[in-house]
Amino acid sequence: MTHDNTHAGKVIDDATGTAKVGHEWDGIEELDTPLPRWWLWTFYASIVFALVYVVLYPAIPMLHSASTGVLGWSSRGVLAEEVAHEKAEHQGVRDAIAATPIEALAADPKLQRAAIEGGRAAFKVNCVQCHGAGAAGATGYPNLNDDDWLWGGDLNTIQQTLVNGIRYPGNDATRSSLMPSFGKDGILTAAQVQDVVSFVRVLSKQDPANGASRRGAQIFADNCAVCHGANGEGNRSVGAPRLSDKIWLYGGDRASLVNTVTNAHAGVMPAWTGRLDPVTIKMLAVYVHSLGGGEAAPAPAPAPAPAASAAAAPPAGAAQ
Amino acid sequence: MDSVLPRTGLWLGALFFAVIATALAADIGFAVHMVICALAALIGLIVTVRGWDPAAVVRPVDTGRYDDDLIRLGVIATVFWGMAGFLAGLYIALEMAFPQFNLGLQWINFGRLRPLHTSAVIFAFGGNALIATSFYVVQRTCRTRLALPGLAKFVFWGYQLFIVLAATGYLMGITQGKEYAEPEWYVDLWLTVVWVAYLAVFVGTLLKRSEPHIYVANWFYLSFILTVAMLHLVNNVNVPVSFFGSRSYPLFGGVQGALVQWWYGHNAVGFFLTAGFLAMMYYFVPKQAERPVYSYRLSIIHFWALIFLYIWAGPHHLHYTALPDWAQTLGMVFSVMLWMPSWGGMINGLMTLNGAWDKIRTDPILRMMVLALAFYGMSTFEGPMMSIKSVNSLSHYTDWTIGHVHSGALGWNGMITFSCLYYLAPRLWGRERLYSLRMVNWHFWLATLGIVFYTAAMWVAGITQGLMWREYGPDGYLVNSFADTVAALHPMYALRVLGGLLYLSGATVMAINITRTILGHYRSEAPMHSAAFDPARDVPLAPATAN
Repeated sequence: MTHDNTHAGKVIDDATGTAKVGHEWDGIEELDTPLPRWWLWTFYASIVFALVYVVLYPAIPMLHSASTGVLGWSSRGVLAEEVAHEKAEHQGVRDAIAATPIEALAADPKLQRAAIEGGRAAFKVNCVQCHGAGAAGATGYPNLNDDDWLWGGDLNTIQQTLVNGIRYPGNDATRSSLMPSFGKDGILTAAQVQDVVSFVRVLSKQDPANGASRRGAQIFADNCAVCHGANGEGNRSVGAPRLSDKIWLYGGDRASLVNTVTNAHAGVMPAWTGRLDPVTIKMLAVYVHSLGGGEAAPAPAPAPAPAASAAAAPPAGAAQ
Repeated sequence: MDSVLPRTGLWLGALFFAVIATALAADIGFAVHMVICALAALIGLIVTVRGWDPAAVVRPVDTGRYDDDLIRLGVIATVFWGMAGFLAGLYIALEMAFPQFNLGLQWINFGRLRPLHTSAVIFAFGGNALIATSFYVVQRTCRTRLALPGLAKFVFWGYQLFIVLAATGYLMGITQGKEYAEPEWYVDLWLTVVWVAYLAVFVGTLLKRSEPHIYVANWFYLSFILTVAMLHLVNNVNVPVSFFGSRSYPLFGGVQGALVQWWYGHNAVGFFLTAGFLAMMYYFVPKQAERPVYSYRLSIIHFWALIFLYIWAGPHHLHYTALPDWAQTLGMVFSVMLWMPSWGGMINGLMTLNGAWDKIRTDPILRMMVLALAFYGMSTFEGPMMSIKSVNSLSHYTDWTIGHVHSGALGWNGMITFSCLYYLAPRLWGRERLYSLRMVNWHFWLATLGIVFYTAAMWVAGITQGLMWREYGPDGYLVNSFADTVAALHPMYALRVLGGLLYLSGATVMAINITRTILGHYRSEAPMHSAAFDPARDVPLAPATAN
């Protein structure tokens, strides 16, 4: 332990040469070291910084408002400025996209590129929650990278799906169809459901034909073919999936199929009109179309759903 | 003794009330909680009645010794709750990295285990350490026994009941949804009663001190107790839906509610985890280093600066929200001014080693204290830096915040608590030394490595996350979706699990070491240095010789 010397009435701590204060608690003493200068000056500097900052920025609350600061800065102001700047930055491209019919965008590679990038960004914010970051979908949410489309995969059809949604309540032009709950509602018996599932598995070449599937074939023809087609080729006008391939929205194994036939599914996609502006929706359609499965527009002008012209006509007039 | 009858009556009354409340309970969670209260009352009743022995010789209290029974219990409780809290932390880290660990069970999903983890480490581990060390320190630095020893007992056991009610409530989904203030209204009321009792015991002991001055550690303890009482009361002004139900609604809504919550939340850090633990530092560091405190003047200035400035800094948790700009500005500048006052504690702790720096090589307990102070310094620099709005726009809502909190919690609060426990255990149980000082060394390195993995992983994760969120492509469009950032963080989340595992392993080594010290075992090992202890001097001053 260190020895203490006494100088001018003060006890000096040997190891540091500093005077002690003179108090002692349970053996603990205190040195009379002055405040470290660098500490003190940094503390002062932080106070000066604070004072200057308070003068420059909104800081002092008053009864009904607060001081606005010499710089006139406000977080709402900065946001408005940034939004306006971004808007101005993109306005030219957006105007051009809006003015170009959707199927004509491909003729202008630069514009199409811009539309795809804009769609990609909007997709990341609005669509990935269901369709996945890579647009590969999940059970109940279609994969958008392939060419297996429920409602059609040309630009206008995709755009119409985006504008009006699928089975979206409150939108009159929404795509709509309803598969009956064959088992739950007693249209088919449990045994019949098993049989028709056997047939569907034959259709999709998962199982070889057997007795059950042959019984199921008739049930299929009577109950399912009207929407899914005689050979399970599907029907895009009612969003009936093709059953003769290996792509399944809710699973193609026996248990999933039994569940689907028994209880049916009625997946919902929101109508994006009103949530997103028409140009963003158009860009989304171009982006989804570009993912790999986009189809060319059908050659003869098809007759779209009658309500589409009214509800789904963005400024570009793309719905037609 | 005479007091047995009224105490028995009190326990019976509590038991009766708890049973009635169980019967009238509006929801199952409240009923479970009242059953727990009934059990607590029953235990109290049994202990009281069994202790009743009218023929017993009235033994005078041994006033020649400090009142250390509760502190021994506090050391055990601190180790126990620490292990529980670290384990919960490791498990939720696993859930974050591998969501399968949720097991599809509502009781152990992340949302319910996370408050269990935070409350267990802050309030159960930290709170027990604070209560135990404050009772230890205030007696020794006042050279007197605890005032109101019966009430002190109530503080300890009442606080344990609070912890059990809070923890079981989280698992059942009972929460008011306020971070670090999750317990519902009736648990809050109970804690208020316990806390007022705590204040009474502490102030009472200060008032009957035999020393002329109040030591700096006690200023910090007192500011911690007083401020936490105020924070707790204001942030929990809730209106219960039913007096026999667990649900309540806060009086403050919207942005006012958010501001009150973060005024509370930030000062829980400021006064619980900073002021309270600085109090521990101010006693145990000079004792372990056997050196005088570096600067009396610095302790005064930084104490008052710290407690004055801390209380205004809460709004920095609400940068870029609906909170008005002026409040955000004040939250930021007060946080910046807080930097030096916080560092005052670090300087005073570290520089107390002047003349004893060589002991870091030989004394593992002191080394742990120095590391704690180093982490304290780092996180109290990082905090003001993160409160600067332009930094905050990157760090806010990211794992950087989690890294910051854990460098403070694991590095500062954890390490200083461990070193105090190592200091206390042999002294409280009358052992020559710890079971093993070399195991303290093991604990030191396991914990240090754990903290490095944890905080480094979270810093990288946080900055990655912040940069990915704000990344725009050349066309001015967002580059990453949220799910992309989640996928990018996965390796960092896995590293965090490793860090947590190392930290928990270190704590396990401590639990073994402390347990065997209590049992009176000594590991045969090459000796290491530790501070001297003279039990003959560790006694209160007799009233006659006081003054």
